[in-house]
Amino acid sequence: MTALELSGIKKTFGSTDVLHGIDLTVEEGEFVIFVGPSGCGKSTLLRIIAGLEDASEGTVRIAGETVNATPPAKRGIAMVFQSYALYPHLTVKGNMSLAMKQEGAAKAEIEERVGTASRMLGLEPLLERRPAELSGGQRQRVAIGRAVVRKPKLFLFDEPLSNLDAALRVNTRLEIARLHRELAATMVYVTHDQVEAMTLADKIVVMNAGRIEQVGSPMELYNRPANTFVAGFIGSPQMNFLDAAALGDTTAKTIGIRPEHIAVSAEVGDLACEVTHIEQLGADTNLYLRNETVGPFTARLFGEHYFAPDSRVHVSFDRTKQHRFDTEGQAIR
Amino acid sequence: MTAARSSLARSVAAHAILIAYTLIALFPVFVIVVNAFKARRDIFNTPLALPTPESFSLVGFETVTSQGNFLLYFQNSLIVTVVALACVLLFGAMAAFALSEYRFRGNTLMGLYLALGIMIPIRLGTVAILQIMVASGLVNTLTALILVYTAQGLPLAIFILSEFMRSVSDDLKNAGRVDGLSEYRIFFTLVLPLVRPALATVAVFTMIPIWNDLWFPLILAPAESTKTVTLGAQMFIGQFVTNWNAVLAALTLAIVPVLVLYLIFSRQLIRGITSGAVK
Ligand SMILES: Nc1ncnc2c1ncn2[C@@H]1O[C@H](COP(=O)(O)OP(=O)(O)OP(=O)(O)O)[C@@H](O)[C@H]1O
Ligand SMILES: [Mg+2]
Repeated sequence: MTALELSGIKKTFGSTDVLHGIDLTVEEGEFVIFVGPSGCGKSTLLRIIAGLEDASEGTVRIAGETVNATPPAKRGIAMVFQSYALYPHLTVKGNMSLAMKQEGAAKAEIEERVGTASRMLGLEPLLERRPAELSGGQRQRVAIGRAVVRKPKLFLFDEPLSNLDAALRVNTRLEIARLHRELAATMVYVTHDQVEAMTLADKIVVMNAGRIEQVGSPMELYNRPANTFVAGFIGSPQMNFLDAAALGDTTAKTIGIRPEHIAVSAEVGDLACEVTHIEQLGADTNLYLRNETVGPFTARLFGEHYFAPDSRVHVSFDRTKQHRFDTEGQAIR
Repeated sequence: MTAARSSLARSVAAHAILIAYTLIALFPVFVIVVNAFKARRDIFNTPLALPTPESFSLVGFETVTSQGNFLLYFQNSLIVTVVALACVLLFGAMAAFALSEYRFRGNTLMGLYLALGIMIPIRLGTVAILQIMVASGLVNTLTALILVYTAQGLPLAIFILSEFMRSVSDDLKNAGRVDGLSEYRIFFTLVLPLVRPALATVAVFTMIPIWNDLWFPLILAPAESTKTVTLGAQMFIGQFVTNWNAVLAALTLAIVPVLVLYLIFSRQLIRGITSGAVK
């Protein structure tokens, strides 16, 4: 069954068009991630799904029902916000049980669900504390717990990890992945961190300027990007876009080649170039190179390597892994 | 304080300026309170001297408590101030919430219209207000004063509170909506507690002009049963003789309730002024 179906969603704020017709279906149990640069309309789309914002045009269907005129609380959704948004005057337990109290659930049932959710997230020792007495990571876990308690048809996350520091981000990411497995729930998640997107998603929706550029599994997007935008957005360091003519290809405009598909050697290779900068990360090494005809590009080598800046090296592109794009930036297949 | 951040000379200068300002601000209050406890002759002979055993006299307070209905006047002032204050805070906060939270046609225009009262003194409309009150039979009632003061206090309250409410996290309000709280619950349980310092600031700035006002009580409610303290004190100021003891005693007494209200709000007020400065 489809958990969520968006058709022709448009959104206009005054005279600015933010979303230009979004069509998307999400199957039950899927983990879908919206990625895109800042300001492309990810949060706006999520808020339209939640009912916190009205779509200017189009329909939102959750579990087969059109919910355009349904208030957020009746849509069977739960949402986790970037800024945690815990109720400051309630304890952790109060925060987690408020929605069910509003629905008029029985006390025993509330107790049971709060108990299950807090066990799942390790929140039991914190139940009587107030949000001000919690750390950032704990607050976000409570916010996630508050969503879990409701047993929603659809979980919505708006950049839930972006206020956390790097280590906590990894932990909480694992927590969310585990939660998704255990609950088998449908989740829609917004982020602009591509590592989060690649590691969590069943399906990634790449957005740009209010449009969907491509929808696909992480590996599909990595291996078969539909256009230069997606190719450049997925993968780090970014894919190199080189002038096709300079590489002797006359049927394409641009050749895209990922930094990890470039071999570098001091003696032999197809192309001689100059090292402009080197970044050694231990597990891998990023080389910033420049060739007179092709221009600057990046190579990523696995393991430890060293090439002195300003020295000359030879590179070979793995042409079987290259991506070809036409003048419109669309992939040539 | 680290040595790099403070020098003795600078902090002495800062304190000197602050102390000078405090003295200037407190001087009139000091003169009133001190002279309220002196005999009439000593008020004029040595107006700045503290009461001594010879000059000490409570005659002013005796006059005030024996003549006129001072207790009633106090009660009137208190009712008018507290009710008007409550109305200003409640309706001001609600209007501010609507202006800052909801997008609707004419939002900006409505905001400007409501803030217009900050620039145009309500006293300009006195004649029209009096006509309205006469027509609606509200002359010589406390209701008339409460209505006028509510109108007088609302513009600034809305202006200040809507700024503060814009700073309340959208995520928090949205979390409330997703959890099924009504807009009223969101307003009363989530937003109002977070703007409490701003409410206290508005309360102080609204309350003091109302308590001290002479104009509207004189025009709209001069009857004996609806007199306020400031108006009541005027009866001791005659065209030919003024009972200074009584006037000063009345004013001294009038300071007390407003001081109490101020102390209640001031803890919050200080937090309001420094909020954001220190986390
Ligand atoms: N209430 C509003 N009024 C006017 N414009 C708005 C409003 N909300 C959002 N926008 C505009 O809509 C666009 C998309 O905003 P949105 O918050 O959806 O971006 P986003 O993709 O979530 O970005 P980020 O990654 O920075 O969170 C932005 O250009 C923003 O300026
Ligand atoms: Mg966003």
